[in-house]
Amino acid sequence: MSELVKRYGLGITTAMVLVTAFWLIVMVVLPALVMVEYSFHTNVPVTKRGGPEDYYTLDNYLSLVRGTDWSTWTFPNDFRVFLRTIWGAALVTLLSLVVCYPVAWYVAKLAKPQRAAMLLLLLVIPFWVNEILRTFAWYIILAYQGPLNAALLGIGILEKPVRWLSGSGGVLIGMVYAFLLFMMFPLINAIETLDMNQVEAAEDLGAPWWQIHRRIVIPHAKPGIAVGCIMVFVLAASSYIVPSLLGSPGTRWFTETIYVWFFEGQNWPRGSAYAFILLGLCVGFIMLMMRIFRVGLADIAK
Amino acid sequence: MTTRTSASDLILRLYLAIFFIYLLLPLAVMGIATFNTSKFPTVTPWLGTTTQWFGALMADNQMWVGLTNSVIVGIAVILISVPIGVAAAMLLDGVHRRAKSMLYAVMVSPLLTPGVIIGISTLVFWDRLGVKGGLHLSVIGQSSFIIAYVMLMVSARLQRFDRTLEEAALDLGGTHMQVFRRILFPYLKPAVFAGAVLAFFQSFENYNTTLFTRGTDVTLTVYIASKVRTGLTPAVNALALILIAITIAGAIAYEISRRQAAAEAAAAKKRAAEADTMAELKIA
Repeated sequence: MSELVKRYGLGITTAMVLVTAFWLIVMVVLPALVMVEYSFHTNVPVTKRGGPEDYYTLDNYLSLVRGTDWSTWTFPNDFRVFLRTIWGAALVTLLSLVVCYPVAWYVAKLAKPQRAAMLLLLLVIPFWVNEILRTFAWYIILAYQGPLNAALLGIGILEKPVRWLSGSGGVLIGMVYAFLLFMMFPLINAIETLDMNQVEAAEDLGAPWWQIHRRIVIPHAKPGIAVGCIMVFVLAASSYIVPSLLGSPGTRWFTETIYVWFFEGQNWPRGSAYAFILLGLCVGFIMLMMRIFRVGLADIAK
Repeated sequence: MTTRTSASDLILRLYLAIFFIYLLLPLAVMGIATFNTSKFPTVTPWLGTTTQWFGALMADNQMWVGLTNSVIVGIAVILISVPIGVAAAMLLDGVHRRAKSMLYAVMVSPLLTPGVIIGISTLVFWDRLGVKGGLHLSVIGQSSFIIAYVMLMVSARLQRFDRTLEEAALDLGGTHMQVFRRILFPYLKPAVFAGAVLAFFQSFENYNTTLFTRGTDVTLTVYIASKVRTGLTPAVNALALILIAITIAGAIAYEISRRQAAAEAAAAKKRAAEADTMAELKIA
């Protein structure tokens, strides 16, 4: 502290500390704590707050899994949505990794500098386009009377048009499209730093291409893979716009369940509890990835 | 990579072509559908070419309300997040190692928190204090993570700052305020400006945090989402096309300035390296 005062003077230091404290305490930490505290309350109208009906309970958390029968594999509605969200987000993450890896490898290492710069620009442009618009584009393409059905019918792959927007397929396609570039750039950055002499040495020693990737490129790209997976998983698990535009009632996402509890069910404590569960899921995934791939927080924030 | 067999090379190239078509074609289809007379935005069937949907968009009052709100929120977010982001970066630069990593973790945590959760926690917290949802709450919710972006951008530049300049100015009798105004701030200016642009952009395109904090107010992203669900016409495509055109122009401008900055940094590094070798030669 004294060093700060010596460097910036008392006035500037005080102002600096105060506004930063305001940000971190009033805008970041307290809201999160209050949300968590609220999630343990019963749902009572404002007038009854602090009264006998307003007490601490675990009910909002337990209600997620209440009614689960593991023997027959039946789950209550909200829990089923939660499990689908985890499964869907994991699938989107894996698909993004598989789709991006060859492109990242080409852009980072195989392409000549000028071509790589050109391809990077082509990648950057859709990256800056709003998530809603990227989703909307797929809404048009996947529509019943849309160009995808028309094209597939035209070349004879389909006999009759498919309702893409009434299953999980549309949501997954839309999410991979919306979030894939959050995988691409970390991958490119990680692969770029690989020393190609290692690859050439492996080739000289007769390693086939898949061994080169398995033993050299992928281990080297680990930090990029970790960061990409974290970004895509968190974005997919907490996406609201993609499932709400490309999904149907049968493919509801956990964020939609939270929204419904807040604004249609008027049950804020339960909505808060579910939001905290979603946050726990994301934090859990981040920590898992950081452990598996041994990366730090500073690598992710880049 | 001369030893690569041409077959695998061909497959990779084919894959790349398909990938870039997949990446860019949907946006092109969305844009082209603007000019179809069809009431539902599509390119199949093509019922006739028109520009009527731009007119329909301009005549839509709700769109103007949403746009105005988005601009107001964006400017408010700049006004909050830029000063706090600069202060936070300066603080982070000045504290000791152990406190630094701790403080850093707290500061970047909003970037890893899902936007919906930032929105919900902001809504619940301020509701307890008696503040209801609305644009003001969206500004607060968005700023809580946009500040972190500004902080990171300013921090990156601050790390390369030559602190002896500050010390020299203080030794020569400058006040702390003068040193900040005349030396540190002018040095940070490019990062501050870039941070402000990024802050506006992030705010303008935000949906998740806004969704929970907006009350009954409508921003442009909320307008687009509600239009797609109810009352979709190619007027939405016209808006998308305009926004994408602006985005592309912005992205290209940003890329150019980023590359220039990178080239400058590389040149400076090279000069420094040359100076080092010169010094070493002299010592030898």
